[in-house]
Amino acid sequence: MTGVIDISAPTSARVAGMPDAGVSPQPPLLEVRDLSLSFATARGALPITRNVNFTIAPGERVGLVGESGCGKTVTGLSLLRLLPPQSARIQGDILFNGTNLATLSPRRMRAVRGREIAMIFQEPMSALDPVFTVGDQISEAYRIHFPVSRAEGRERAIAALREVGIPAPERRCDEYPHQLSGGMRQRVMIAMALICKPKLLVADEPTTALDVTVQAQITDLLRSLSERTGTALIFITHDLGVVAETCTRMITMYAGEVVEDAPVDDVLTRPRHPYTSGLLRSLPGLSKRRGVLTSIPGRVPSPNAMPAGCRFRSRCTHVVAGCEQSQPMIEIESGRTARCWRAPELVLPGAVN
Amino acid sequence: MRDLRILFPTRDGRDTVKAIDGMDFEVCAGETFGIIGESGSGKTTLGRALVSLLPPSHGKILHDGTDPAALGISAFRKHRRDYQIIFQDPNAALNPRMTIIDSVVEPLEIMGEGDHASRHRRGIEVLERVGLAAEAADRYPHQLSGGQKQRVNIARVLTLRPKVIVCDEVVAALDVSIRGDVLNLFADLQREFGLTYVFITHDISVVSHISDRIAVTYLGKLMELGPAEDVVEHPLHPYTRALLSAEPVPLPSHLRVDRRIILEGEIPSPVAPPSGCRFRTRCPSVQPRCANEVPAWRDVKPGHRVACHFATADGPPPDNQKAQRAS
Repeated sequence: MTGVIDISAPTSARVAGMPDAGVSPQPPLLEVRDLSLSFATARGALPITRNVNFTIAPGERVGLVGESGCGKTVTGLSLLRLLPPQSARIQGDILFNGTNLATLSPRRMRAVRGREIAMIFQEPMSALDPVFTVGDQISEAYRIHFPVSRAEGRERAIAALREVGIPAPERRCDEYPHQLSGGMRQRVMIAMALICKPKLLVADEPTTALDVTVQAQITDLLRSLSERTGTALIFITHDLGVVAETCTRMITMYAGEVVEDAPVDDVLTRPRHPYTSGLLRSLPGLSKRRGVLTSIPGRVPSPNAMPAGCRFRSRCTHVVAGCEQSQPMIEIESGRTARCWRAPELVLPGAVN
Repeated sequence: MRDLRILFPTRDGRDTVKAIDGMDFEVCAGETFGIIGESGSGKTTLGRALVSLLPPSHGKILHDGTDPAALGISAFRKHRRDYQIIFQDPNAALNPRMTIIDSVVEPLEIMGEGDHASRHRRGIEVLERVGLAAEAADRYPHQLSGGQKQRVNIARVLTLRPKVIVCDEVVAALDVSIRGDVLNLFADLQREFGLTYVFITHDISVVSHISDRIAVTYLGKLMELGPAEDVVEHPLHPYTRALLSAEPVPLPSHLRVDRRIILEGEIPSPVAPPSGCRFRTRCPSVQPRCANEVPAWRDVKPGHRVACHFATADGPPPDNQKAQRAS
């Protein structure tokens, strides 16, 4: 396993016409169109995300990044319709293989969840049930979708545990979550998510609670599984290093909107949105040792007091008259879009000088 | 040079969890001393012990020559104000029912310093120093952002004018965009007040940025200790090398060098640590000798110590697999 992301050479399992610049000759696996989310509160609807648009090609690995509170987790949850239906309102379309998940009946949605799209979470301990063995929980995920016997379910669970690199899977299968370490639990979650061979895996900060050495193991595992099985991956994280090493494309979100969408290598070298650039420049590894660190001044506006026009305006160093106009996503070059009308003229620093 | 010495061999906790099992090192006045390691390596326990929140089971911690454990209660109370700690979670460290200014002046009240008005003045001064407007003083913690809360925690520690501040994962809970601000503040305050920091973190990029010297811990032991640049650029211990290589780098693929060493498995239990060298069960350069003999804590280069039988001044021993492939 190399640490280098390979965009150009598709591996055998991956579909041959992988888009080289995001223009896909084949229909996308997932197309999110104008997805807006709001939560009902005592003081009326609180808008959380606005007009989120993106597409995911089959087998593609996309990083969804941004600060806490920018709407990346709720976007991930909304793809599986895991938000509480009483309070969350979803507008827009979530087209998955042509089916609109946003309007699917709860019953048909259950058939998609786990089978077609699976999700893993940040804290594996709270996602696992402490009173069932991990084998039971993994085989349950399979037996919900496929009518197989208990014995076969167990065999499948053992195979899945082996697949994610757990030693002695026959024994581990009968253990309870508390008997496993954090990294092992996350492997169990991945085994559970992938047992039905879904076409899309949504991973929400899967390595944030883990040590760097274990994080490296898990990101390598996710990448190699995705390459081998052709499962597309949405990697929600705030760690740009993890995105660089795992994904081929990066979508940056800010204050509930997508502000930039670009191939990873391009965005790291030359970000087109001032916010993406700011995020990259804030990484301590990129400043001179013991020098002053760059940061983004100010803070994210609160959802009930969003400014009109560019939402990043109050923190942006490139702000001029005109930024108060509403900002559409504009295409800068093929496969690269940014929500900044100055993007074509600005030269912003990236991760490399 | 007022040398702060901390000698710290063997601490056996309850159930003999060997959280810290024989460490000795010293932190010099005015420096930033970074401690890195995985979770379970004893970093936090060490931090707490340094400020006398946990008594050492064996060995001694000397603050500027005095052993705080040997002091009487009132002398100890006076003494410990010089040695403060800031914790990871800015929310948990503040009382949600106290206003910011009340939290900030509380340490002064406990020390019985000045009258109410002078304490209040001092509190406002310090809040301003850490970049919080005076309006923040009468707010409650839930009205502030994570970065602001961490500033409050820094402010309340500063009211006591300590000599040493132990920072336990102080920026881990903050977003990258504001991490820089808080780290810059730490650097400014150090210059201004001549503070000594012990920075405990698992974030290598943070520790290498701010530290003068770095110690690497693994399972309750020190693996390596040296000047920050040396440790990061030319690590001598196989564990340090692996830890550094695991750090994800946000660089485009053509600029990334693939020198990743993936460590197998996870940190063993501190209840029954491996014999000999503790890292041997995961070490890519392991030799038979590592199981039998505890490696000595030795100087390999001036000021650069390492606990590995095979490390030399040129670097860590070669990877077994690579060596095999080469031959």
